[in-house]
Amino acid sequence: MSLPAPLLSVRDLKVHFEMKGESIWPWTPARWLKAVDGVSFDIAPGETLGIVGESGCGKSTLARAMLNLIPATAGSIKWQGQELYGASPPVWQTVHKSVQMIFQDPLASLDPRMTIGQIIAEPLRTHYPAMPASEVMHKVRAMMEQVGLTEQQINRYPHEFSGGQCQRIGIARALVMEPKLVICDEPVSALDVSIQAQIINLLMELQSRMGLALVFIAHDLAVVKHISQRVMVMYLGRTMELADKQAIYRNPSHPYTQALLSAIPTPDPRRERHKTLQLLQGDLPSPINPPSGCIFRTRCPKAVPQCAGQRPELRALNPDTQAACHLL
Amino acid sequence: MALIEVNKLSVRFQTPDGLLTAVNDISFSLERGQTLGIVGESGSGKSQTVLAMMGLLAINGSASGQARFDGQDLLTLPAPELNRIRGNRVAMIFQDPMTSLNPYLTVERQMTEVLEFHKGMTRAAARARSVQALDAVKIPEAARRVGMYPHEFSGGMRQRVMIAMALLCEPEVLIADEPTTALDVTVQAQIIALLRELQRDFGTAIVMITHDLGVVAGLCDEVMVLYGGRVMEQGSAESVFYHPSHPYTVGLLGAIPRLQQGQQALVAIPGAPPNMAQLPPGCPFSERCALADARCVQTRPALARSQTAEGAQATVLRACHISASDVLRHAKEVGV
Repeated sequence: MSLPAPLLSVRDLKVHFEMKGESIWPWTPARWLKAVDGVSFDIAPGETLGIVGESGCGKSTLARAMLNLIPATAGSIKWQGQELYGASPPVWQTVHKSVQMIFQDPLASLDPRMTIGQIIAEPLRTHYPAMPASEVMHKVRAMMEQVGLTEQQINRYPHEFSGGQCQRIGIARALVMEPKLVICDEPVSALDVSIQAQIINLLMELQSRMGLALVFIAHDLAVVKHISQRVMVMYLGRTMELADKQAIYRNPSHPYTQALLSAIPTPDPRRERHKTLQLLQGDLPSPINPPSGCIFRTRCPKAVPQCAGQRPELRALNPDTQAACHLL
Repeated sequence: MALIEVNKLSVRFQTPDGLLTAVNDISFSLERGQTLGIVGESGSGKSQTVLAMMGLLAINGSASGQARFDGQDLLTLPAPELNRIRGNRVAMIFQDPMTSLNPYLTVERQMTEVLEFHKGMTRAAARARSVQALDAVKIPEAARRVGMYPHEFSGGMRQRVMIAMALLCEPEVLIADEPTTALDVTVQAQIIALLRELQRDFGTAIVMITHDLGVVAGLCDEVMVLYGGRVMEQGSAESVFYHPSHPYTVGLLGAIPRLQQGQQALVAIPGAPPNMAQLPPGCPFSERCALADARCVQTRPALARSQTAEGAQATVLRACHISASDVLRHAKEVGV
């Protein structure tokens, strides 16, 4: 692909958690929970990458690891060519000037004892302590207007706002830094349908106005389709498929992607009643003790004995699609 | 006579800020084997409607109107008689399976209790029946898992335990309050398939409460769209989805990102859901409606039969001053 130099380049990223207090004896080896286990992708400037998966697939952990909110266990994170794995806190702090995050729960991610003005100004005060207060306030006001908040609301507290407005505040706080990349961790999952559409439209509008790159995490493939150019499907900490939007929705390659797509209910009674569902059996296996070989094989409708033996690597099927499956 | 007949049901809450009407004059009826979908955003009164029917309102809430089940008015029935009906002939699946199961009791104890109370079974017979019910909702190793506590199950499994528990007495009516909202899409698809199967096998009538129009489309015969505690539109699923005659329904349909459509901006509904303590005097949706005029702000439209729902065979009830054909034209314009 003839993409411009990537903004962020992630290679074989692993985030493992040690399960402390699990072992019976002090000398039994500790068990590890592999939340993210070898994920690689690039993000080009101005691009939107959607990350989809069921709960527990490691998508939020991945987002946090990209910002060092949870340190990565192994792998490489390159920001504009600069290696960040194992980087010192001051280095990460400079990166945070241009990579920001929007969190899932709009109300819980805002400090209840700070006013909206203070919340939105906080990243500026942290990263640019020398910036004069008048300039900070000017930027905060301009940002509030951009996200659809009125100037009169600047001295109010988060509890006075509805969920949708709180999410606007979260967006303003992330964008006031004028970042190059914003990581959105399920920004609309907690909102009503009508408000969801408002926030998605706002994000897309701000993206084109400010030239942002977005990582958009969701468990809803329909939302992701709307906003993304490329989509990565994760399952139990691994990438199942990474493909262009057109390719993944028209012609999903991986059995898991197919199952996810067929499970989405559409607001169309006739289509919905005559749809052949490709139901996945059972639940997500435990990430502490994942299945051998292909981790999806226990629920895969197409699994063959070969799947239990070897772990399929993510490989390019065609210029648009990469998938990890032995059968493709 | 219909199995369930709800007539002008209203729910009011006595709050420190005064009397708050959460549900206003809702009427519907439900036959055996049918499914009614109640759709609305948070705060639209959809849960309070069914909680009132089950006599489960909070202490400061009161219901008026009638909710007849098999001829008996559930709202005025004394508690002992109501207890013989709920859990037995009318069962409910609650939204959050973690908080509605008792964390101190094993699944077995919670399930056998129902059977011992309603059917007078012995503990051993009740246990066998519980295992059977867990099997029916496809919980693997049901005989072993019946002895576990709720926290030992995953979210999807817990929801299935709830469904199994609701179906223990083979109820005639199943009320499901957002049964899949907390679940992943793949698990949601499993649960919906399961409900459909149960309905086919037992002829259960289902009241499905959800904010997801997709879930409604696949499962429901009738749809009721609520906003600000009032019915905006009520009719067959086909007519509501293909010939929406209320601007709020159009708004809801337009706001859903769809898989089948290409890239185009979502049609968001401006503003936020209304504050129930300060509803506008006119149509509750008028503040956010694209088609609203002066009439909509001043007088509240009554729920009436639709005049010209083009192409729809069934009758549709709608509460809107704007004519149905104008709304349908608007719907075409925004691409719904």
